[in-house]
Amino acid sequence: MSALLELDKVSVRLRATHALKGVSLTVRAGEIIALLGPNGAGKTTLMRASLGLVPVEGARALGGADPAKLTNRERALRVAYLPQRPQSIWPISVVALVALGRFAHGAAPDRLSATDQAAVDAAIEACGLNNLRVRGMDEISGGEKARAHLARALAQHAPLLMLDEPTAGLDPAQSLAVADILRAHAADGGAVVFSTHDIALAASAAHRVVLMHEGRIWAEGEPEKALTRDALEVVYGRPGQLERIGDAFAAIFR
Amino acid sequence: MSASLRIILALAALSLTAVFAALWLGPTPLENPFASDEATRTIVWDIRLPRALTAWFVGAALGLAGAALQGLLRNPLADAGVLGLSGFAALGAVIAFAFGFGAFAPALSVLFALGAALIVVTLGWAARGPASLALIGVGLSSFAGGLIALALNLAPNPGALADLVNWTLGSVEARSYEHVALVGILFFVGAVFIFVAARGLQALTLGEESAAAIGANIMRTRTLVVLGAAACTGGATAVAGIIGFVGIAAPHFVRAVAGHDPARLLLPSALAGGTMLVCADIAVRLLPTDTELKLGVAAALIGGPVFALIAARLASRGGDA
Repeated sequence: MSALLELDKVSVRLRATHALKGVSLTVRAGEIIALLGPNGAGKTTLMRASLGLVPVEGARALGGADPAKLTNRERALRVAYLPQRPQSIWPISVVALVALGRFAHGAAPDRLSATDQAAVDAAIEACGLNNLRVRGMDEISGGEKARAHLARALAQHAPLLMLDEPTAGLDPAQSLAVADILRAHAADGGAVVFSTHDIALAASAAHRVVLMHEGRIWAEGEPEKALTRDALEVVYGRPGQLERIGDAFAAIFR
Repeated sequence: MSASLRIILALAALSLTAVFAALWLGPTPLENPFASDEATRTIVWDIRLPRALTAWFVGAALGLAGAALQGLLRNPLADAGVLGLSGFAALGAVIAFAFGFGAFAPALSVLFALGAALIVVTLGWAARGPASLALIGVGLSSFAGGLIALALNLAPNPGALADLVNWTLGSVEARSYEHVALVGILFFVGAVFIFVAARGLQALTLGEESAAAIGANIMRTRTLVVLGAAACTGGATAVAGIIGFVGIAAPHFVRAVAGHDPARLLLPSALAGGTMLVCADIAVRLLPTDTELKLGVAAALIGGPVFALIAARLASRGGDA
């Protein structure tokens, strides 16, 4: 099975500074990878570099192709990307928003094929939005909005999901609901890369964590092995530790 | 029958009713607009029908351009008038008229509208919030006003000045079928560009980055809307002068019945804009003033406060962060 995403010694220069320094990462089908690190560590830049949105030094491949050479449509068929705080400028309905995920497949929201409709229905079901289908995006809560955008990304049917802080601003139950959706996508043979500041959620949801520090990958691997006290202290600048409690985790900083 | 089809049919019926009313109502009372006597036929078919059709196409073109620009810039305050497209289109026509090559007025109108659209879309692309974009438009509009004054100032034939100033006020008085054909053709050309861009406008609901992420070609959508809005605005302005606010008001009212999907707003906004301008023109003709009130003046008198209200409502909703 070839990798869905491959970065080989990728560096990104934004203005005078290096936002990313020699980052290598391989993402395969079935994997969930969490990007951790403080603000400005390079998580978003790593995603944008993977998508081909910023020029890089080094080699990158998205589904076997150089992402900078893909058209938007070709890229959308390989990866579904949600930026931080995705927005819906016009208050369209939830189902119309999710249907936008079918754009790359040629669908307009009011002209869905049977395949499109099935994808939209499945995504809405997976994100628990069945009772909100016809509600306007201005009439639902923040957690519901986040799930609606996630459903849109799922409806895109791209093998790789790339999500920039998908649980930002969500309550614990909503965050766990998002984690369940990510697990289901990976179990279906997809892969997920997501960034978060919720270390405990990352540890319980991800197969691998990537701990970033000043544009580099400081530690990478299974959560309990990668998130050592030393690594957390260096990266976040405060003494911290990851504790396993049953099948869940807690991250404690002092 | 789908809801959007019902809305389109209802608005089309309203358009037809308004045009029929425009044939019947006017300063000269007619009992039966379809009577076969010479006087009635001249009034109805040679004067009122071309005037009503010109008003309809001008309104439709401005309504469509407004809806498309609002979708592109994701801003309910965008419209050809506010953004300065109309001002620049008028500048093009004024230059053509003032310097004695009036035959090129429509072409210059479209060209200047295109220039203004390129500037405002480029500058306004990154504008945060509706007000900052409107400010860019205000700047462009005043600049166009200044340039029109300059063109009039330098015009070699001062005798034509009064006519030109009058013309920029905006009117569909005494228009012929040639005018109807001109604005009609440019409206259809613009509509083709804009309807091809409709899916891209839907995608832009998510903002630029996410629209690209779902596979939309943003550059293509921008180009199509700029070309379409320029053709519509250039055509409308070349035959009727500057007529403001139809492009804001039409999509605004249509949203109340058709929802916010920017693609589904396009055709209804054109139909509503046409209906609105035909009705406004009927009102202007029926007002018992000594000199007929200019349609553009009436539109500004009604539209200005409506614009301010919409802007105030947006601001109070925090839409202008």
